[in-house]
Amino acid sequence: MSTARGPVRGGPEVVRHVVLGLLSLLFLLPFYVVVRNALASPAELVSASWVWWPADPSLANLRRLFADENVQFARSLLNSAVVSVLQTVLTVAVSAMAGYGLARVPSRWSRVVLGMTVLTLMVPTTVTFVPTFVMVSSLGWISTLRGLVVPVLFSAFATFLFRQFFSGFPVELEEAAALDGAGRWRTFTRVVLPNAWGICAAVGTITFLNAWNSFLWPLLIGQDPAYRTVQVALSAYTSSQRVDTAQVFMGSAVAILPVLVVFVVLQRQLVQGVERSGID
Amino acid sequence: MSTAAPTRTGAARRRGPQDRQRSRARTRSDLRWFWVFCGPFVLGLVVFVYVPVLWSVYLSFFDARNTVTPTTFVGLDNYAYLLTNRAFLVSMGTFVVFAVLIVPTTFALSLGLALLVWRARFAAAFFRSAFFLPTACSYVVAALVWRLSIFNGARFGLVNAGLRAVGLDPVAWLSGEHYLYWVVLVSLRLWLQAGFYMVLFLAGLQRIPTDTYEAAALDGATGWRTVRWITLPQLRATSVAVLLLLAIGAFQAFDEFYNTLVSVGSYPPYARPPLVYLYLVSLGQGTQDLGVGSAGTVILTIVVALLGALQLRILRPRKDEA
Repeated sequence: MSTARGPVRGGPEVVRHVVLGLLSLLFLLPFYVVVRNALASPAELVSASWVWWPADPSLANLRRLFADENVQFARSLLNSAVVSVLQTVLTVAVSAMAGYGLARVPSRWSRVVLGMTVLTLMVPTTVTFVPTFVMVSSLGWISTLRGLVVPVLFSAFATFLFRQFFSGFPVELEEAAALDGAGRWRTFTRVVLPNAWGICAAVGTITFLNAWNSFLWPLLIGQDPAYRTVQVALSAYTSSQRVDTAQVFMGSAVAILPVLVVFVVLQRQLVQGVERSGID
Repeated sequence: MSTAAPTRTGAARRRGPQDRQRSRARTRSDLRWFWVFCGPFVLGLVVFVYVPVLWSVYLSFFDARNTVTPTTFVGLDNYAYLLTNRAFLVSMGTFVVFAVLIVPTTFALSLGLALLVWRARFAAAFFRSAFFLPTACSYVVAALVWRLSIFNGARFGLVNAGLRAVGLDPVAWLSGEHYLYWVVLVSLRLWLQAGFYMVLFLAGLQRIPTDTYEAAALDGATGWRTVRWITLPQLRATSVAVLLLLAIGAFQAFDEFYNTLVSVGSYPPYARPPLVYLYLVSLGQGTQDLGVGSAGTVILTIVVALLGALQLRILRPRKDEA
C-alpha cells in the first residue's frame, strides 16, 4: 500500500518500524518453534534450557513419522488432500450456481431461498453440529469420504457472496450472449463464470484453508483411523499415552506446508475474500 | 437487501396477447432454470441444516438417550434440566469469560496492527503478511505448539525457560490449579486471528476518503489527533462488525480448547465452553443423550442467532453502498 499522507517525521516513523519489527518476530515465533521442534532430536526438546536451534538438524523425524504404523500419517494427508480439494471445487460450483440463480433468474421462490440463506448465515453450522451429525450418522455416512465432504458443501456465506457479486455484474454481457442465441446455462458457463474468476478464487482460497484446517467435523466423522484427516491425526497424538513430541511437530510442519503454499501464492485472493467476509 | 431479483428483460415492453403467452412461457422456463441453478444448494441446506435442526427441536422434547427415534415425550424437561444444570450454566459462563478476554484484546491488537501497518513506509507488505500468516495455521497445530512448547508446564517450556532465566518458578499453565490456562487459550486465539481482523480494519481504513485527511491537515490536525478524531469515527461500522464477528467466533470455540486440554481421551472439568460441553454430553464417551444435546443445540442456536441478527441489522445499510 502506498499511502503517503502528511509530512514525513523521523522519530515516530522509526518507533513505528521498531514496534512492527518486534511484533512480526513475535507473530513468526510459533512457526519457528514448529520448525525447530521438527528438526530437533527428542532429547533436545526436553533439555533443561531452551535450545534455540538443534545441534544437528535432521529429517530423521520425518522418516519415523511416515514409518509409524499406528498413525497412518500418509493416509491422513491423502484424506485431507482429497477432502479439501473436493470441498473447494464443489463449494465454489454449488454456491456460484445458486448465487447466479438468486441474482439473475426471476422467480417467486428467490425470496424464500434468499431468506433461508440469510437465516443459515446467522447460525454458524458449527453450532448445529449435533443435529447434522445425527442426520449423517442415520444416513450411515460415519467413517466415509462422503460423510466428510458432502454435509459441509453448502455454504450460505459463499452463496451470499456470489449473489452479491452477480447482482452487480453488467447485464449487457449476458444480453449480448442471449442475442447470440446462448441459453441460460451457456451464458453462465461461457460468459459469466470467466468474468468471475476473482471471486471464485477468493471463495475457493478461503474454503480450501477452512477445509484443510477444519477439526470438529472430521473428528466426529473420522472415527475409523483410516478416515482421519491430518488435523484429527495430529490431535490423536496428544491424547495417546506417550507423545513423541519431535514426531508430532514434524507432522505439524508437513501439515502446514500446503496451506503455506496456498497462502503465499493466493494471498491477494485470500485478502479479498476476508475483506468481503466481514463487511460487504 | 432487495429480495426479488429484478426482471431484466421485457419489463418495459408493450404487452400484446402473443407477448403475454411468450412471457408465460418464459416464466415457466425461468422457474426451471431457477431450480437448475439453486436446486443443489437448496437441497443441501434442507438435508444437512434445516431437517436436522427441526428434527433436533423435536428430539429436544423427548427422552432420547442413545436413540434418534424416541418415544417418551418429556415436554420441557430437557430444557429445565439444562437451565438448572450447573455444568451447562458454567459452560455459558465460560463463554462469557472467554468473550470478555478475547474480544477486547483481539479488537485492540488488530486495530493497532492495522494502524501501524497502514502508514508504514518500509516493508509494509512484509509486516502485513507476517501478521496475517497465522490465519493459515490450524487451531490444532497452534494448540500443539502452545501446549507442548511455548506454555509447556515443565521447565523446558519456552515461557517457563524465560521465567527461570529471570529467577522465577516455572508455572504449570494448564493444570487448572489456577486460572492461568486462560493466558494460554487467549494468547493462542489472539495470535491466530488478529491478522484476519487486521485485514478487515485495513479494508475499512482504505475506504476513508483522502480529502477528509487533507481537510484535517489544513486545520492543523496531526498524528494521534487525526487518528482519534478522524480515523476511529470513520471505522465505526467496521468496528461494530469486528466486535460481533469476534463474539460469534468465541461462542463457537472448540478446536483450541479441546486440543490444548484433552489428554488420553479425557477432558478436564474446567474450561468447557458451550460447544465442548455439548460435544461431551451428546457425543462424547459414555451415554449419548441426544434429548439434552438437542435442547442444548436449540438454546445455543437462539443465542448465536441473536448475535447474528444484531450483526445483519447493523450492517444492512452498508450493503446497498457496495
